[in-house]
Amino acid sequence: MTYSLNFAAVWRSFDLLLQGLALSLGLAIVAIPAGCLIGLITAFGLVSKSVLLRKPAGLYVTVIRNTPILVLVLFSYFALPELGVRLGKIESFVLTLAIYSGAYLAEVFRGGLIAVPPGQREAGLAIGLTEMQIRTSIIIPLMLRNVLPSLGSTMISLFKDTSLAAAIAVPELTFEARKINVETFRVIETWIVASCLYVATCSLLAALMRAVERRLAVPR
Amino acid sequence: MTNLLEIRDLHKRYGTVEVLKGVDCSMRQGEVISIIGSSGSGKTTMLRCINMLEEFQGGTISIDGQEIGYQTVGGVRRRKPEREIARQRALTGMAFQQFNLFPHMSAAGNVMLGLVKVKKMSREEARAVAEKWLDRVGLLSRIDHYPGQLSGGQQQRVAIARAIAMNPKLMLFDEVTSALDPELVNEVLQVIKALADDGMSMLIVTHEMRFAYEVSSRVIFMNQGRIGEEGNPREMFLKPKTERLAEFLKTSTFN
Repeated sequence: MTYSLNFAAVWRSFDLLLQGLALSLGLAIVAIPAGCLIGLITAFGLVSKSVLLRKPAGLYVTVIRNTPILVLVLFSYFALPELGVRLGKIESFVLTLAIYSGAYLAEVFRGGLIAVPPGQREAGLAIGLTEMQIRTSIIIPLMLRNVLPSLGSTMISLFKDTSLAAAIAVPELTFEARKINVETFRVIETWIVASCLYVATCSLLAALMRAVERRLAVPR
Repeated sequence: MTNLLEIRDLHKRYGTVEVLKGVDCSMRQGEVISIIGSSGSGKTTMLRCINMLEEFQGGTISIDGQEIGYQTVGGVRRRKPEREIARQRALTGMAFQQFNLFPHMSAAGNVMLGLVKVKKMSREEARAVAEKWLDRVGLLSRIDHYPGQLSGGQQQRVAIARAIAMNPKLMLFDEVTSALDPELVNEVLQVIKALADDGMSMLIVTHEMRFAYEVSSRVIFMNQGRIGEEGNPREMFLKPKTERLAEFLKTSTFN
């Protein structure tokens, strides 16, 4: 069988792919920062001395991190309404991705937190800082520097997870690509272009994270 | 006049191990007291109780008549609220064996953090205070350097400037030269000596016997969680009264 490449049909629908990519980015831009906040709070729970904080944080990470994200996406969209929580497609997906990334990032942040020497906290206490001031001025900035390299790849991974929104018909990049695929039958071309858009976006994201890493690097 | 520091019957346990078994100590304004003793004798622990880096189970510590860390209401001893403890910690300054400078802040940033966050100074005021104290420890030219760009001795001098800039009533030094290369010890001791000459009240846990001898108005020898002997440095080092101290001095280098 011979298949001759013809991108014309895909280029005609390229706007649609770009719109899809814009929505993918939109989903990520809302969900991942929310996930960072959830992850940060959970990470402090995970390293807390208090069992009352440690146990729920651990349970959250265990349950969410060990469930496939597709299952979570389907659960929030199809099962939650049965439980009386009715959300739109986009809201439901953003919420799911935020909760999912929270569990992943909590583990990343926990690793960064335990790598901060206890002497840093003690030095903060000794000059009269409160625990909260120590967290915001010392512990979190040092933790972030510890985790930046792995944070970059987690971010990329989470961005790519936006493609699972296609499963509940959120018109992001993968969903639009599938539509074009079905309408034009240009199977290979459509998925090559869609892949290229993902690769380009992720490369940009990686470059951005490396720039942040360089900017925050501690001079020595 | 109330004593600057008043420690009464201080008891501290780690689990079932009692590391401080009833320590009493008073200190007047302007005194420089060195605490010596073998490792495990409780000298560092005692220092860390004074600024509540360690909890203690019995006894009281007061600074300027103000009870530190705990209050007894209706016969029940309770830890004071964290905000109050943070405020009380600022009565003292501490320099650590491992310096513990904040690696992501410049020398100026390290000194300014407490001034801005605790003393609520503006950044300009704080910068001026940081300049003054970094100058005093001989590091004005390194003000914008980061800890990773400084030698151990320089880092420790910044750490001392960071503590002293908060204008504490009492400075606590916890084996501040133990982590330093021998050739860097002296620059740090010179800084401490200059502070002593200025009348700063200081408690110095140290293994530098010669320094303790020269700088202290009084020396405390800790032995197995208690004060084994105390007195002026001349008597302590030249005519120890207890066998324990005599033995300890024999095993320490006096140089």
